[in-house]
Amino acid sequence: MLTALATGLIVAMLALILGHVTVHGWSVVTWGFLSSGAEEGLFTAGRSGIFPMLFGTAARVILMTLLVIPAGVITAVYLNEYAPASGRLTRWVRGAVNHLAGVPSIVFGLFGLGFFIGFVGAGLDDWLRPGAIQPYWAAEGLLWASATLAVMTLPVVVAATEEALRAVPAGLREASLALGATRLQTLVRIVLPHSRSGILTGSILAVGRAAGEVVPLLFTGAALYVSGLPGSLNDKFMDLAYHVWVLCTQSPDIDQTKPLLYGAVLVLLGLTLSLNLVAIMIRARISRGPQGTP
Amino acid sequence: MSDADSVTTPPSPPPAKPPWHDLARGRVARPGEWLVEKGIFAVSLTAIVMILLIFVFVGREALPILLGQADSAAARVQRILPPEDVDRMTPSELRAALGLSRRKFAARSLEEQKAALKEIYAVRAEADRNGAEAIPDKDSEVNTVGWRYLIRPHQWTGYSRPEFIWQPVSQIQKFNVVPLLVGSLKVTLVAVLFALPLALGAALYVSQFASRRLRAWIKPAIEMLAGIPSVVLGFFALFVLAAALESVFAFQSRLNAFVAGIALGVAIIPVIFALAEEALSAVPRGYLEGALAVGASRWQAAWGVALPAAWPGVFAAVVLGFGRALGETMIVLMASGNAAILSWSLFDSSRTVTATIAAELGEVVFGGHHYRVLFLLGTLVLAVSFVANLVADGVMNRLRRRLASSS
Repeated sequence: MLTALATGLIVAMLALILGHVTVHGWSVVTWGFLSSGAEEGLFTAGRSGIFPMLFGTAARVILMTLLVIPAGVITAVYLNEYAPASGRLTRWVRGAVNHLAGVPSIVFGLFGLGFFIGFVGAGLDDWLRPGAIQPYWAAEGLLWASATLAVMTLPVVVAATEEALRAVPAGLREASLALGATRLQTLVRIVLPHSRSGILTGSILAVGRAAGEVVPLLFTGAALYVSGLPGSLNDKFMDLAYHVWVLCTQSPDIDQTKPLLYGAVLVLLGLTLSLNLVAIMIRARISRGPQGTP
Repeated sequence: MSDADSVTTPPSPPPAKPPWHDLARGRVARPGEWLVEKGIFAVSLTAIVMILLIFVFVGREALPILLGQADSAAARVQRILPPEDVDRMTPSELRAALGLSRRKFAARSLEEQKAALKEIYAVRAEADRNGAEAIPDKDSEVNTVGWRYLIRPHQWTGYSRPEFIWQPVSQIQKFNVVPLLVGSLKVTLVAVLFALPLALGAALYVSQFASRRLRAWIKPAIEMLAGIPSVVLGFFALFVLAAALESVFAFQSRLNAFVAGIALGVAIIPVIFALAEEALSAVPRGYLEGALAVGASRWQAAWGVALPAAWPGVFAAVVLGFGRALGETMIVLMASGNAAILSWSLFDSSRTVTATIAAELGEVVFGGHHYRVLFLLGTLVLAVSFVANLVADGVMNRLRRRLASSS
């Protein structure tokens, strides 16, 4: 059967990629690889590790989560709990969320550079540090990279949260309102606690998506090499996904670098795919299990 | 699932008015809550604001070129004023000449600012005297960021015929975007042609033939494929796919549009699959049962009934996949070879619009012509993917309504 063959091929591709990377990277990923820095040569296998990159990725992803979760959850709450479904504004908000999901990542990179660094950052510099020669905020750094990623992952959080809100039984809301609770009380005490796992799914998916992104970081804060870990919001940082790209394209001797590369790819792939897997599993439980019980 | 639940929460579109919608708001009794609810409303506008900001701030940087106001030839012959003229300048002229913001300008005294400008002019005059010894070139009078030079071929000094040249790092920057557009088109075409049969076949299989248990495994697997970061796919194309395809096809250049296109195809399979599968699954069961009842085989029912009924969805899937492929950056940056040469051959090293932006934006002068041309390319990518989204969205919505009403 042709269609089964096509399906098989697609699944085989997934298996091939996972298998190849695992086979070649397995022996590289040791505790030393995960915990040491890259002070002794970025490209030499055996001596350098990926700890600063893991740290940078974690830092930017956590910062992004802090920015995107409130905005995404509140947008979903408005769309599902307050908005008149047929209203023009509701349609616009929904449309904007959809379109945000379709904007290419390279455009987010340009946006981060043009808006966050060139406009917001420059404005902050003018305002807070007039007369300073060195730009402080109007430069690439952790904060602007995270902010750019937050804009990028907003639709992921909105979609997952809305799905969860829809799964909260109407009877619960009605019961709460009938007991005299206001709409906001119902929202905060009943609806949101019931959609916790959906919000969690959204955050996990957003983190998984953001952790593997490189393009928006190219112009907003990732660096090939920085000594030490990022200590403040406007520090440049090393990043795992960006590091994979660096190892692929900037290495003077690719055969020397290859083991390192496979190690980094395996860690990145393991990270993003396990996040995705967890999200898929939580979602399956929501849709299967008793309605919305956390 | 209770009865009340199925009334108020159909999958999509959402109900016109939830039953709790008309209940009194807290405005009268609780001004605090009213305020919080207004706050929720304000935050929910974030997405709209962000879309607008993206258009404004990406487009803004490209505007001078879009309107034909930038002139690289004029910029090359910049006026240098003697010190007396600098002394006579008004503060606003001085600020404009220095290119400073109001606050930065106000931070130092007028005299200091004038001294700074004189210094700049002195350095520039010195540079001009040194540069005058270079051979004058008729190319230097060309406004290379004019529309004509962006899209039409031009015979540059040293070339035997008019050509499309993208060469932003040279004495005379050449910004012809045609080689990049052709590169993008080639890679995208390969990607869509590779992904469509596979994704469509899988969508047909999952929606028409697969058992429920098998479906529960295949759909997450394809979702996982979507979860693979594009940098990993790029890496895979660079080190595994390129070598494998080279040994089969014996390419001239190891990295080319074909390799990048195949890798890109893997990236858009989940996109095409998701939409096509949704459309095919939405085909009312009655259609298929009708076909089976009059003696069609399951394959005939799937191919002859379900697929035509879901046809707009397949179209939307292809449009969306096309948009995604065009906007994808990392894979093409790593696997296409990146030679900005105009060629229609799939097996030549090619460079796409997105890869150009990614590779070059890091090294340009902030606000310079090269910078603005790259933003112009970004605006183009944004516009194309926006339209692709709009079309796919519109088609899918109409299809959902039609299939829902006929079931």
